[in-house]
Amino acid sequence: MRKQFVTTTERLLDEDERVVVLLGDIGVFAFRNAFKKHPQRVLNIGILEQATVSVAAGLAKEGFIPLFHSIAPFVVERAFEQIKVDFGYQSLGGNFVSVGGSYDYAALGCSHHCPGDVSLMQAIPGVEIIVPGHPAELDALMSQTYASGHPTYYRLSERSNRSAQTVTFGKAEVIRSGKGPTVVTVGPFLDRVVEALEGTDATILYYTTISPFDAATLQQHAGDGRILCVEPFYEGTLAASVTQALRGKRIALSSMGVPRQFLTSYGHADYHDRACGLLAADIRARYDELLHV
Amino acid sequence: MRHAGFVSATVNQPAIEAQIRGIRENIIRAASVAGEGHIASAFSILDILYVLYNGILRHDPQQPQDPQRGRFVLSKGHASLGIYGILAERGFFPKEELNTFASSSGRLGGHPDSRKVPGVEASTGSLGHGMPMAAGMALGLKIRASDSRVVCIVGDGECNEGSVWEAALLAAHHQLGNFTCVVDYNHSGDRALMLGDISAKFRSFGWETTEIDGHDHEQIRAALEPHGGTVPRAVIANTIKGHGCKDMENNPAWHHKAPKADELEALLAQLT
Repeated sequence: MRKQFVTTTERLLDEDERVVVLLGDIGVFAFRNAFKKHPQRVLNIGILEQATVSVAAGLAKEGFIPLFHSIAPFVVERAFEQIKVDFGYQSLGGNFVSVGGSYDYAALGCSHHCPGDVSLMQAIPGVEIIVPGHPAELDALMSQTYASGHPTYYRLSERSNRSAQTVTFGKAEVIRSGKGPTVVTVGPFLDRVVEALEGTDATILYYTTISPFDAATLQQHAGDGRILCVEPFYEGTLAASVTQALRGKRIALSSMGVPRQFLTSYGHADYHDRACGLLAADIRARYDELLHV
Repeated sequence: MRHAGFVSATVNQPAIEAQIRGIRENIIRAASVAGEGHIASAFSILDILYVLYNGILRHDPQQPQDPQRGRFVLSKGHASLGIYGILAERGFFPKEELNTFASSSGRLGGHPDSRKVPGVEASTGSLGHGMPMAAGMALGLKIRASDSRVVCIVGDGECNEGSVWEAALLAAHHQLGNFTCVVDYNHSGDRALMLGDISAKFRSFGWETTEIDGHDHEQIRAALEPHGGTVPRAVIANTIKGHGCKDMENNPAWHHKAPKADELEALLAQLT
């Protein structure tokens, strides 16, 4: 997905001279051709995230479309107030592209984990949040939104689904429609959700845009109100959007995602998936629980 | 684009002083009506703003978004009454509007909102945001090869913020000769953290610096002239918080306080 991010960004740089890329001293080798081709608009800005976000806002004020790229905790958590005030409050357009959330950098420890990025970005009115599950989805969604005039957060993952869905910004995809509970999932978790629910009568809704949340698709496919959210970030991140979408309806909501605790073990992301109970078998077990509600 | 209202400082100094006294009065009255305001912080920078908007910064009140304009960012946003007073004087909005300051129906907030107020380039308030935003604007102008420039004012207390120094690094590295940062050095931050020699600090970050009396119009004018080149300029302006109103000068009690009705006339009487 990172390779696709570079390819897509290179294309946008070629097509739109308003695009300015600010790298937080990561991805520098991957962008080596872009540096040569657009020396004024591709900058390795350094390791100073707060000023970088404000500088990006200044560029946006001058008519540019800034794109800031770093590791999730440094984009979102380090510079959160800058995104809130300089982009959110001032209604400026810009793109924030992270890697590493929730625990793609498992071996590097909790400073480099970021399961809270989407919850935090949801707290800033007007921010668009995109979690693609496949490189082709990233390309489609970035092309649709990079110049939206809003702050847009793209959460890139090291992992992706085997095949791409045809995705549209702001719309959820109906992967399967059944008579059982409705499973809402996001980005790179789609494959394991599909695998987990083989042989069931579940409805599966696939979200790559988290904000603005596609309430209409959920309302149309909520069945009898039994909902399971399978989230690649903190568990419960989607709960407010789901309950708001289904307000006034009797629902049974079950959320599974990254537990709200520091994951102090190292290893690989797969290890944390298992430790956090986010494997297909865990998903199936939670789904089966809902069958008895 | 015209140099709106250019006046010769040497010839008309008494008239200028009378005009600034009038702006101070407008500010005190606005804060009094609102029951809110950082008057002393506004007075600290009023001479700098006056000179900036009288012959230094290209601006046209009728076209506040003109691409050719000079940009000014008030990074220490709590001094909003200062920039409102100047913008009203320049004709960006009617002076009467000052009396809607900080009201529920008004657009002139305790901190300035760039989405509401013509002539306000950046919504500031949280310290350490305006200067890097101004640097980003200067970078954008440089990429576009524009001859417009960016001036910002930070407070000395604001210089506690790491993002100010991050922006100082960036401005020097990216050779933003179109960028001037004025430090309103009224020493209000000393009670928390001593900044010491700010000029030396900026110089060590790769800036050129000049130190001035922030209430001397000749010195302000010389320091704020466009300097060109590839090195950003820091202007260390030694100022008096509350300048021009004796009771407020260097008096922490007036940092964030609006005069009550019975205090108003006494304050207005001592304006210089």
